[in-house]
Amino acid sequence: MASKLIDEYFREDHLPHIWCAGCGHGILMRDVAQAVHNLGLDKDRVVLVSGIGCSSRAAGYMDFNTMHTTHGRALAFATGVKMARPELEVICIMGDGDASAIGGNHLIHAARRNIGITAIIFNNDIYGMTGGQYSPTTPYGEKGTTAPYGNIDRPFDIVKVAEAAGATYTARGTAYDAVRTTKLIEEGIRHKGFSVIECASICPTYYGRKNKKGSAVDMYRWQKENSVSVEKAKGMTEEELKGKLIVGEISRSEFPELTEQYQKIIEKVQGK
Amino acid sequence: MKQMKLMQGNEACVEGAIAAGCRFYAGYPITPSAEIAEGCAVRMPQVGGKFIQMEDEIASCAAAIGASAAGVKSMTATSGPGFSLKQENLGYACLTEIPFVLVDVQRAGPSTGLPTSPSQGDVMQARWGTHGDHPAIALSPSTVEECYTLCIKCFNLAEKYRTPVIFLMDEIVGHLRENVEIPEEGEFEIVNRTVPASPAEAGPAYACKNGSLIPEMAPFGHGQRYNVTGLIHAADGFPTNSTEIADAQVKRLVAKIEENLDDILAWEETDLEDAEVCILCYGGTARSAQSAVEALRAEGIRAGIFRPITLWPFPGKRLEEISRKVKKVLVAEHNNGQILLEAERVIKNNCRIDFIGKVDGTVITPDEIVRKVKEA
Ligand SMILES: Cc1ncc(C[n+]2csc(CCOP(=O)(O)OP(=O)(O)O)c2C)c(N)n1
Ligand code: SF4
Ligand SMILES: [Mg+2]
Repeated sequence: MASKLIDEYFREDHLPHIWCAGCGHGILMRDVAQAVHNLGLDKDRVVLVSGIGCSSRAAGYMDFNTMHTTHGRALAFATGVKMARPELEVICIMGDGDASAIGGNHLIHAARRNIGITAIIFNNDIYGMTGGQYSPTTPYGEKGTTAPYGNIDRPFDIVKVAEAAGATYTARGTAYDAVRTTKLIEEGIRHKGFSVIECASICPTYYGRKNKKGSAVDMYRWQKENSVSVEKAKGMTEEELKGKLIVGEISRSEFPELTEQYQKIIEKVQGK
Repeated sequence: MKQMKLMQGNEACVEGAIAAGCRFYAGYPITPSAEIAEGCAVRMPQVGGKFIQMEDEIASCAAAIGASAAGVKSMTATSGPGFSLKQENLGYACLTEIPFVLVDVQRAGPSTGLPTSPSQGDVMQARWGTHGDHPAIALSPSTVEECYTLCIKCFNLAEKYRTPVIFLMDEIVGHLRENVEIPEEGEFEIVNRTVPASPAEAGPAYACKNGSLIPEMAPFGHGQRYNVTGLIHAADGFPTNSTEIADAQVKRLVAKIEENLDDILAWEETDLEDAEVCILCYGGTARSAQSAVEALRAEGIRAGIFRPITLWPFPGKRLEEISRKVKKVLVAEHNNGQILLEAERVIKNNCRIDFIGKVDGTVITPDEIVRKVKEA
């Protein structure tokens, strides 16, 4: 089964990928392929836009129209693609630094506009590609090469930010729980407006080592043991939820999608 | 029949873009280019195109490139600080060979500078603003009519050479109002990128066919499913660490401009046949130079104008020829000496070089040029 997915959705001549052994990004990339497969999308109609980072390298491995752009700007490029050709299925893969630091403003505004793009964020709580500097999602007190004495910034909750900014579908999955995460991505793509799926990844090479999290297996085990479903979280206190990953569909709301609204303007102006 | 219309430079730029087939505009408001965004907001949906106001200039530039990758001719416009912000993605378009037009209605800098004052201070930034070695095409209009006609040319060059083109306007022409003769459809050339006939015939996305230096370009959705990346890439569009490929790629990007200078270069010569003084100027400055030449000639001083229309690539060969025939070249520009550097580079010791530059936000007057020409 897995190999059939590889045949159909990956560019085999460009594999193996550059990711370290144990890295969560490969699993998440597979989840994206599985979601596209489950939805039966035409590959020619799928545009995958990424930024810069280990996570963003996924674009080069996947057999769609792919655009590996500049650091933080994937959503801005994708906005141009989607506005120009709304019939295309536009998906963005970004890292946590990519999407929430340098690209944070684009995330907020894509959400505010409710443009029909699916934003998938591979969040490993660290800048992987540049060697382990702390990111906007590095937990308080944890270490990075640029936070040698512990991070004193408060981390972002990307899902909360996206929801507050107007994303009409938000969800959180993990690299550990491929089945659930695939479903969430699938729902995100199916959703008409702007959707954000934060996917907890792992970076054993930098985050893991710097913070003594053990092996990649230990880090996946941590994800398993600390994931709490949205349903279960409802009955838990804030104290109990500290340090936990709330997984599942977090929010859904209604607002007209941007390119559909613009089409109406065109029709009105042209008197159709 | 040609149509006459009273127009502002920025407005003419919008109409020129639409005539060229531009159907996507992304921008962020800034003076003195704001009328271009406002014009596109009104006009784009009327012609079935799209307008979007992005959250900043970085995003606007990215969106314009994204739209072009999807097969729609696109434009973004800005001034001063916004031009600085667009530089990273401009370089991305150079390397990925995605055509689009970047309009910069120059204003006085540096930084926020003099927000509504004329300047030509971005000439070197238009050449070298984005990092790394890269191709550059930049055109400078000096009349409202040229804001229209040269904007079409910008799109044509972008499409033909698969490269971003900078339309380097200035506040003087951007805000000028004058009569424009609007050519009829069919009276001007429209160039569209070459699209592979079918995905099967497409071949590697960045392979050049039949000795051309410019690869064909399929829009997203065409079926070719290729990869676009700002990393150095091989002909198949995928990243590579090969030093030979890196060398060949960067050199091809530059060569596709350098080896087509006959097609790309544009300039105008006025009263140069018998001239002893050549005024080298461009954009809005050429308007003052024109009046200066008339005044000088009335006094019996044989002055003429060499006006580069493509600032990049620079028509240096022609300027060098002229510099052998005149006694002096007077460079007049609204900066501290940017095209002056090009002039010095090509003229060397052929003749004397004088300079008038202004960075105070005021316009170089015909009188100032006349006085400078007369200086012993
Ligand atoms: C404008 C710019 N600034 C900085 C960089 C360097 N850079 C490359 S990747 C990266 C961080 C990547 O971190 P993240 O987005 O979390 O992705 P990850 O590698 O962790 O998957 C940075 C800072 C860059 N390429 N461009
Ligand atoms: S550095 Fe970290 S994020 Fe990058 S590939 Fe290695 S494990 Fe993955
Ligand atoms: Mg990261």
